[in-house]
Amino acid sequence: MNPLSNIEKEYLRTDVPEFRPGDTVQVNIKIKEGDKERIQAFAGTVIRKRGNGVRSTITVRKVSSGVGVERTFPLNSPAIESIKVAGKGSVRRAKLYYLRALKGKAARIKEEA
Amino acid sequence: MLNGMLGKKLGMTQIFTKEGEVIPVTVIKAGPCFVIQKKSKAHEGYESIQLGFIEKKKERVNKPLSGHFTKAKTPTFYHLKEFKGKTLDQYQLGQKVTCDSVFKVGEYVDVSGRTKGRGFTGVMKRWDFSGGPGSHGSMFNKAPGSIGSSSDPSRVYKGMRMAGHYGNEKDTTQNLQIVGVRPEDNIVLVKGGVPGPVNSVVEIRKAKKKGSSKK
Repeated sequence: MNPLSNIEKEYLRTDVPEFRPGDTVQVNIKIKEGDKERIQAFAGTVIRKRGNGVRSTITVRKVSSGVGVERTFPLNSPAIESIKVAGKGSVRRAKLYYLRALKGKAARIKEEA
Repeated sequence: MLNGMLGKKLGMTQIFTKEGEVIPVTVIKAGPCFVIQKKSKAHEGYESIQLGFIEKKKERVNKPLSGHFTKAKTPTFYHLKEFKGKTLDQYQLGQKVTCDSVFKVGEYVDVSGRTKGRGFTGVMKRWDFSGGPGSHGSMFNKAPGSIGSSSDPSRVYKGMRMAGHYGNEKDTTQNLQIVGVRPEDNIVLVKGGVPGPVNSVVEIRKAKKKGSSKK
């Protein structure tokens, strides 16, 4: 067995739901402001999943007031309060970088039947 | 207390702080080491302790060395290395030294190892030369360029950076922070990378510069 997996196991989160690129998710992030903590949501389409185990990350893309915004989250980070899957999308590739070039109606993803 | 010990590099991974910050760490199996020899001011002129690391079959040790281990009444080891420290009197011959007795979380250490051997390499990899243009028919791609003037001085200066053997030499990374000590697995987590390939033996010492007691 990989000697590193014992260490990585301690940091693996078990509450990460199953989703794939193309799905719509809402990532709730804990944000510290002074000594107060609040939760900020970032909702959008998963355009990429990469890495494995403790090192895996996802990139979520949304269009906010006409500007495309992408954020990458480490999936196992304790800063993530929760991830909610809002919808399943039907796509044919693993990395949806082509969405960056599309706007409006064309950038929609067909929902999974 | 000893100022360092031997370990084996197991590889790199990442861990998280409670706030969600990612820390890149090198996982080092540090020890258990055993005290093989104590050097004293009276005998050798300086104080230090020789540690043994990674057990070796007795049949594979030559006679002079096996006598050395018999004196300490320990098993035989592959690697021997001297370490200095303070109050070395507390160590006995044959004593087991574990990572939690030497390192604490938050301390800074220097880690030495033998870098990956790269064989005969050109100047771009070995000395970070910039090389020439890759295209437009330049024909000056990875060559070193001029190595000096002509009839004066009529020779190439010593130390001119040229192609040659690179890697497989001792290297030290300084001021790495210890972010985890796990005595149950003999494992030390060090923030950042250390020299050498996975499974190579490294030397972990208290940092010479950062956070040293000589302040």
